[in-house]
Amino acid sequence: MANKVVYAVYEAPEVLKSAARKLVTAGVKVRDVFSPFPIHGIDPIIGVKRTRLGIAAFMYGITGTSLALLGFWYFMIHDWPMNIGGKPNMTLYQNLPAFVPVMFEFTVFCAAHGMALTYLIRNKTLPGMPARNPDPRSTDDKFIIEVRTEDNAQGGDAIVELLRGTEALEINERQY
Amino acid sequence: MHSESAIREPLILGHKTYHDITSDIVGPIENKAPRAWYVLLTISSLIALYGIGCIMYLIGTGIGVWGLNKTVDWAWDITNFVWWVGIGHAGTLISAVLLLFRQRWRMAINRSAEAMTIFAVIMAATFPVIHMGRVWMAYWVLPLPNTFGSLWVNFNSPLLWDVFAISTYFTVSLVFWYIGLIPDFATIRDRVTTKGMKRAYSILSFGWTGNAKAWTRFEEVSLVLAGIATPLVFSVHSVVSMDFATSIIPGWHTTIFPPYFVSGAVFSGFAMVQTLLLVMRKVMKLESYITVKHVEYMNIVIIVTGSIVGVAYITELFISWYSGVEYESYAFINRATGPYWWSYWAMMTCNVVSPQVFWFKKLRTHLGFTFFMSIIVNIGMWFERFVIIVTSLHRDYLPSSWTLFHPSWVDVGIFIGTLGIFFTLYLLFARFFPVLALNEMKSILKISGESYKQQQAQHHHH
Repeated sequence: MANKVVYAVYEAPEVLKSAARKLVTAGVKVRDVFSPFPIHGIDPIIGVKRTRLGIAAFMYGITGTSLALLGFWYFMIHDWPMNIGGKPNMTLYQNLPAFVPVMFEFTVFCAAHGMALTYLIRNKTLPGMPARNPDPRSTDDKFIIEVRTEDNAQGGDAIVELLRGTEALEINERQY
Repeated sequence: MHSESAIREPLILGHKTYHDITSDIVGPIENKAPRAWYVLLTISSLIALYGIGCIMYLIGTGIGVWGLNKTVDWAWDITNFVWWVGIGHAGTLISAVLLLFRQRWRMAINRSAEAMTIFAVIMAATFPVIHMGRVWMAYWVLPLPNTFGSLWVNFNSPLLWDVFAISTYFTVSLVFWYIGLIPDFATIRDRVTTKGMKRAYSILSFGWTGNAKAWTRFEEVSLVLAGIATPLVFSVHSVVSMDFATSIIPGWHTTIFPPYFVSGAVFSGFAMVQTLLLVMRKVMKLESYITVKHVEYMNIVIIVTGSIVGVAYITELFISWYSGVEYESYAFINRATGPYWWSYWAMMTCNVVSPQVFWFKKLRTHLGFTFFMSIIVNIGMWFERFVIIVTSLHRDYLPSSWTLFHPSWVDVGIFIGTLGIFFTLYLLFARFFPVLALNEMKSILKISGESYKQQQAQHHHH
């Protein structure tokens, strides 16, 4: 039997959320949801895990701090110490107050750009990538639930029957 | 779903659907540009070209073509630099600080304010770069390995801190702005019908899908970027102020400078946002989204920051006397009564006295008056930087070197030119980019939309 994908189109985020809840209660696995803006509270219903991007940003940030400190030590203390306005340059620790601004800026620089790049790569959103939303209306005013038969034991007809019981505007099936 | 108190005024007027929001914002991009747009673009790009010509003349001839002299060795160039950076601050304040405070009214204005930030920072960065004279050596400000005997940049210097602050600020603002734009570019991509536009917006939208996980990540990135952009924006103008404050010039050597500069920056930035948005909402018919309430909120920010600036002016005046340092106190007496008295009093009038009229509700909700005031504040803030820089320098410790600063035509040409480049970039943005954050506006439609609020109020009555 060929695998089928079913798209149910909804008019509002609240309607989609109650439909998703209904499906999940009936034991159907929802593959994904497409919407023109974030639907708050959908993640726990369809089992999307919390993103770890925040942790990644923190890691990039402390990498930036460490690199900045290493740079200060090498440029200003080790390689070519300079007496500038009598500021103590014997150890990094003594000269540190003057380095705080750049250390902060570089931390932010690494955290922001590291996080942004990770975000783009993880989302597979990069220049030239093809659009993969099933329906162009999902970036305008429609909210779409995607269910695949390969994820579920019920079979296509049973899933469509379940979706008919929700307030879906239309239900589209596709082979793939 | 969250609901909002009925007392709060709606942020989206009339009855709009999600699709209306898309049409209202994407429509102007698909349709032919109005004639006024071409007229404005022609004027601003001609001015921009003149400015670029002046910059090329400056680079080809040398800094001597500016009006600088041995005593006043910083003048319009650094004034313009600080003025432009300050203008940029409003965009980040709106998009980052107001996001952390969960202010929904930011959503209608953050996209265009951030665009303004980016263009203003580009204009700002132009000045220190061309001030170097030999611009092709601009990369010397970076700590790069070199063959000049391990010659490194000086990390003790606020001027180098500025290099890092401005470049971090510019790139982070750009990324923050673009990440917000991606879903809206996808909306345009899925809507336009002509092949060329579809292709262009398809590339710009990076293949955005808008699935659940992508939106979760989107919100996380927005929140974290806002969280780190908030201290960043405060650090940037603090560092700019340290260019002055860490020196020992009377009039500059002041610990009050960082907070004073930051509030001044927000003050001037909001004024520029008003200047741009009041025109844009009218020309692009965005009155339902950028409402009088939005304008009023921004005017309230202008009174608050203007008053902080006023307190700072008076504090530094008082402290210059109270310190008992005669050089410091002379610097301030000279500002108010010396040959540059007119610039000091222009600054005082425009920045301290005039914003106080916004205590009257009638005036802060009057659009024409707000536009007029936004220009006044922009002029006042330019004078603030001029006063700080030129009046502190023109009479130094040796009376024999006392002098005045006279701008040359190149000084004027480059300043006017940056205004031209700025407005050209802004006009291009307004034509081809979604000027409101579509996805964010849609997410508050049912909470803050006028018709939805009325429905909710009726619902509560029964």
